[in-house]
Amino acid sequence: MSYTEKIKEVIDGSDVAIFMKGTPQFVMCGNSDRALQALHRAGATVTAVDVLPDPQIRQDLTAISGWPTIPQVFVKGELVGGADIVEELEASGELGETLRAKLGEGFAGAGDDRTVALA
Amino acid sequence: MRNLLQSAFPDAQEVDVVDRTGGGDHFQVVVTAPSLTGLSLVEQHRRVYEALAAPLADGTIHELRIKTKGAA
Repeated sequence: MSYTEKIKEVIDGSDVAIFMKGTPQFVMCGNSDRALQALHRAGATVTAVDVLPDPQIRQDLTAISGWPTIPQVFVKGELVGGADIVEELEASGELGETLRAKLGEGFAGAGDDRTVALA
Repeated sequence: MRNLLQSAFPDAQEVDVVDRTGGGDHFQVVVTAPSLTGLSLVEQHRRVYEALAAPLADGTIHELRIKTKGAA
């Protein structure tokens, strides 16, 4: 399966997906960390993909999303944005509202983060 | 960068570019423009990325933080 297919599978098949530098256990970039922390504070459990093992992952992701930077956060298949937007939505309270609206009331604290290796 | 943003947002009430680290590659930009009113944050940030596509593509901008607002 190509990266493009695998990326689409993660985006469409995950409640909350984050494409980041590193993993939730070992974050390799401050912006990826900002987005991940905001999602965690909102109660989200994430499916994480590390884009660093192969530059092609990031290229294929950007071709799909039209978003040039990392991290990229998707909720139920829809691009929410990067670190700035996720933090801004957290500050306004919209992040929690979006998660509740798309995932249902019981979304918070639903298990552990998952990491999907594409490479 | 300021010129690129000003030509992309000719109606902008505010365009600010800050070199966050002094190294010339980590930037914070602020754009307030009526043409952004009513757009989602994703669409607002997309407009900024489009305006700065060239310096993003050639690596001039290594990291970009964006703050956008519609009409004040």
